Amino acid sequence: MTVTEAPPAPPQDPAELPVRKASTRKRLVPYWLLLPGILWLVVFFALPMVYQASTSVQTGSLEKGFEVTWHVQTYWDALSEYYPQFIRSLLYAGTATILCLLLGYPLAYLIAFKAGRWRNLVLVLVIAPFFTSFLIRTLAWKTILADGGAVVDVLNALHVLDVTSWLGWTENNRVLATPMAVVCGLTYNFLPFMILPLYTSLERIDGRLHEAAGDLYATPATTFLKVTFPLSMPGVVSGTLLTFIPASGDYVNAELLGSTDTKMVGSVIQTQFLRVLDYPMAAALSFILMAVVLLMVTVYIRRSGTEDLV
Amino acid sequence: MPVLRWLRRHLIVIAGLLTLAYMILPNIVVMVFSFNKPNGRFNYAWQRFSLDAWTDPCGVADMCGSLSLSLQIATWATIGATALGTMIAFALVRYRFRARGAINSLIFLPMAMPEVVMAASLLTLFLNMGAQLGFWTILIAHIMFCLSFVVTAVKARVMSMDPRLEEAARDLYAGPVQTFVRVTLPIAAPGIAAGALLAFALSFDDFIITNFNAGSTVTFPMYVWGSAQRGTPVQINVIGTAMFVIAVLVVVAGQLITNRRKNSARP
Repeated sequence: MTVTEAPPAPPQDPAELPVRKASTRKRLVPYWLLLPGILWLVVFFALPMVYQASTSVQTGSLEKGFEVTWHVQTYWDALSEYYPQFIRSLLYAGTATILCLLLGYPLAYLIAFKAGRWRNLVLVLVIAPFFTSFLIRTLAWKTILADGGAVVDVLNALHVLDVTSWLGWTENNRVLATPMAVVCGLTYNFLPFMILPLYTSLERIDGRLHEAAGDLYATPATTFLKVTFPLSMPGVVSGTLLTFIPASGDYVNAELLGSTDTKMVGSVIQTQFLRVLDYPMAAALSFILMAVVLLMVTVYIRRSGTEDLV
Repeated sequence: MPVLRWLRRHLIVIAGLLTLAYMILPNIVVMVFSFNKPNGRFNYAWQRFSLDAWTDPCGVADMCGSLSLSLQIATWATIGATALGTMIAFALVRYRFRARGAINSLIFLPMAMPEVVMAASLLTLFLNMGAQLGFWTILIAHIMFCLSFVVTAVKARVMSMDPRLEEAARDLYAGPVQTFVRVTLPIAAPGIAAGALLAFALSFDDFIITNFNAGSTVTFPMYVWGSAQRGTPVQINVIGTAMFVIAVLVVVAGQLITNRRKNSARP
């Protein structure tokens, strides 16, 4: 490794010089290691945020060019025009996160404590579906939830769709192109992000704690509520974050499985940016989304008391 | 009621297996429909069995081109992100220096940001710079968002490494380079491999960031996205099935290798 640019040491006793040089060299090592990667993140992650902030307060048009006019009104317009999409995004993402937790916890528990020699196989089965492109898998849900398909027929026969239609989750005895289909797709797509952190934190729990709880006459339910679940909190927190954050910005599920009534905010940002070419509006929308998500995440991390997570 | 008692005792196993079924169901559908001969442009309803798509996987225009482009981008993004990320991870675990907290948050933030926000802001940068959207802008974006994941994966491994092993190597007169190549790197390798695999999968499958920064360039996920509007060729299911099978084989092979190593390491 070549090390240059060490600040020139003042002339000293020659016998002392090599030692001092070596220590300067050593002190610079971490900075050289960090330099390329951090530079990449600063230029292509942090700097773009600054550009976006400036874009969001510009006015103008594609033909005449955009100029910074501190037109904060765009933010107000974005909120008053697109608040239904914002609320919908947070609602869908929140529901999907809760469903992921409810569905993912038993599976993570199963892998950590009950799978025995099947553990690796089940883990492979959890990760492997990942490798079929997620767009292809989401399109497969179109087949599964199709009108007249097996799933819709069964739900109809059990009168489940009557209830969900009454709740406004489905329409006219169909699932595709309704909120239920979008939430189902979101839940499906982000499940592995919930299961893996849950599994990691459950796996760390010492099995003897369960025995100890049993010896102290705790029922299985008490053991779970007082021992297992609290100890798995780090996994619950990181799992819910890894599910909620990407789900709130996602528009693939809403576009492929939903209808115009189920549009999420990501969809709006994409349309404004790539089709309408209203850059200030798109930038403002994306900043609001970022602010809302970061705020919710900060509050959530504070409240769940695992600040060392970050 | 013995049935109810059995159900209660195995509640967790049953619920877990149901979730597993939910997760694998779409993959099975993708696989089954790769043998379909659809009536019309869309491959959503079963018509009849056919091997056509499997015998001619590149039979549709542009699909294999987009696939090879995605593979190239994923390869370069993996190399770039793994190299940069491994260096950062070593610096963060092995050294104490100022700005460590700030750097930790800079690495955490890309993972705590909805993808569409990153995608849109990166596009404003490229538009302001007047950059030509295409291969290079996609590659830059992919290295950027894979970086944090590689750092996290490698950091976990390096943190659990025993520094005394390197001291021992130095005591045995190994130079710094020799110590790194013969001792440090082999121990860190599983973490680096996990980071690289994650980067490859993330890059290959990314749609949102690519969609914003690709211009008119079409990667495989973008091809699939477009096909949802134009008509989905059966070949897409063939590629999806092949990816699934290859992934399972790679994981099983990895398992066999680690098992063999463990067995041979035993006295």
